Amino acid sequence: MAELALRSGRVSAPGLCSGRVSAPGLCSGRARSAEVKMSLRQIKGKVWKFGDNVNTDEIIPAKYLNVSDDKELAKHCMTGISESRRGDDKQFGKKISKGDVIVAGENFGCGSSREHAPLAIKAAGISCVIASSFARIFFRNSINIGLPILECKNAARIHSGDIVKIDLANGIIDNLTQKKIHRTSPFPSFMQEIVNAGGLMKKIKKGTGYFLKDKKSSLSPF
Amino acid sequence: MTITEKILAVHSSRKKVQPDEFIEASVDLALGNDITAPIAIKEFEKLGMGKVFNRNRIALVPDHFVPNKDVESAGQAKILRDFARRYKIKYYFEVGRMGIEHALLPEIGLIKPGNLVIGADSHTCTYGALGAFSTGVGSTDLAAVFATGKIWLKVPQTLKFIYYGKLKKWVGGKDLILHTIGDIGVDGALYCAMEFTGDAISQIGMSDRFAMCNMAIEAGAKNGIIEPDEITSGFANVTQTFRSAVCGGRVYSAGLCGGRVYSAGLCGGPPACLRQADGGTGIKADKNAKYKKVIEYDVSKIEPQVAFPSLPSNCKPISKVGNVRIDQAFIGSCTNGRIEDLRIAAKVLAGHKVHPDTRLIIIPATQQVYLSALKEGLVEIFVVAGGVVSTPSCGPCLGGHMGVLAAGERCIATTNRNFKGRMGDLKSEVYLANPAVVAASAIKGRISSPEEAL
Repeated sequence: MAELALRSGRVSAPGLCSGRVSAPGLCSGRARSAEVKMSLRQIKGKVWKFGDNVNTDEIIPAKYLNVSDDKELAKHCMTGISESRRGDDKQFGKKISKGDVIVAGENFGCGSSREHAPLAIKAAGISCVIASSFARIFFRNSINIGLPILECKNAARIHSGDIVKIDLANGIIDNLTQKKIHRTSPFPSFMQEIVNAGGLMKKIKKGTGYFLKDKKSSLSPF
Repeated sequence: MTITEKILAVHSSRKKVQPDEFIEASVDLALGNDITAPIAIKEFEKLGMGKVFNRNRIALVPDHFVPNKDVESAGQAKILRDFARRYKIKYYFEVGRMGIEHALLPEIGLIKPGNLVIGADSHTCTYGALGAFSTGVGSTDLAAVFATGKIWLKVPQTLKFIYYGKLKKWVGGKDLILHTIGDIGVDGALYCAMEFTGDAISQIGMSDRFAMCNMAIEAGAKNGIIEPDEITSGFANVTQTFRSAVCGGRVYSAGLCGGRVYSAGLCGGPPACLRQADGGTGIKADKNAKYKKVIEYDVSKIEPQVAFPSLPSNCKPISKVGNVRIDQAFIGSCTNGRIEDLRIAAKVLAGHKVHPDTRLIIIPATQQVYLSALKEGLVEIFVVAGGVVSTPSCGPCLGGHMGVLAAGERCIATTNRNFKGRMGDLKSEVYLANPAVVAASAIKGRISSPEEAL
């Protein structure tokens, strides 16, 4: 799902709104939705819930870092999280369905800089990670590889097993199970352009410059 | 401006930057290791550029799983080696000449005050101890630096920490940073710069300062930084001496100075390519610099700290630890594997034996640290005490090799993270402490203060 949504250079940008498009995922209210060139793919999936300070050793233990193939990494995604920290999601990894969503508390992805962590999550089929806050390097890595992420202060209100529909264009998380809607915050346009390009390296290859004019945002944590 | 803001301003060719502003900064040095660089290399090669932005400003240090721990990690290390040869990367460090990246690069004088350093390793923040801005990123960011020499950054807000008073015996930089993380939490400095100041910082040496900045990431910080002073300059002089020693062909004649393209760079004197924000001097915060928060600590009240599982913030003073039996004690890592750390450990261990139920593993951070430990007789003290001394590597810190833990085992370590399963089985435990406490604990077989063991 995420891949589909990301596919279009102009539109997609799951997790990161396109200024040109319509704020996929990070909901820029100011985005010019009239410029949308195609219908935006929406994410809908079952929630796997985790707590605060989920670290990268939990997401992908270092013993699996002797390879860098994402499909291989995906086999071990979240295997470093102990049972006591898994909440109701002891079967994570075994029963995950493509398109499922991870919801977590504060400081998701803290610890090491290993890009293997978001790569493993993405390759495992997770379509989006929603957290109250993200650790800085995990945040950057996710954007750079095109894993949709959303910072949502109300993440704690979403429960394990809930079905959520995420409108990346407008930054809306619709909890279908609870019948509640949460809104997320806009990201700066240069980040949207990275995701729109299909990742940082593709943006550089396109020769559109390394990055852009946005000078200020109080909402994007780096 | 704060120190961090000043360095970022210089590297983005601006007179002034403000917190929350996005900048495109020039990178003085970019580094990767055998875990992170393979992905960066793969991403970089996709661009098909045929050359890196500057072969003199990239450092590749295989340190995590080397000497190769298995076939797969041998493959990862080879990716670095082949890339270094192909692109004539000046600062590639082969086994036998390498060390843990964050100890090695400062040791050979590659990092200068005022530099902007980007590393695909979260503990890249270590170099802030030299008054550099340095921060960890992921592999794709590193690939982008390989290609462009630039990085996008958000100017962080700065938290100022003032440490005052006289340090108690056996208390060092490790204890100050553990105490601080215990106070503010593992996300207490999220996205921020941590500026460490105060008369207590002026009293401590470089190894203590490195340990403090090294663990800034454990509070979620973007970087840690300390204003350069006479101690910083003194360290720079030592690194020059070491560089001469290395390049004199006596120490590693077959290695660093063998004239091989990808390692000969170190012999070329100070890397002129590395810029300094202010000529290497006067890098300090303005009097009217704005801080998000100022936090003060009276260090005379701080005891040696022990971080209990499973977060670095879960700290207790040594007097409140109680009876915690240990199976393993580990001294090493980018936090506390320097010669000063080994000297402290040797001081405690001299004339004692490691407890029969405990294993002591000591890993000097670099070849130079190893050599100094040999010359100073420290290795003998460790071996006579019943410990093992290994070649430089990150080793068991991240559960890689050379001392991983079985289910139910407990280790006290001078490392930086004690997440569940970090050093091995998910049911193992890691406690963090300074080298003196770890050495004392090895003797007693339980977590102990140096006073108890001596």
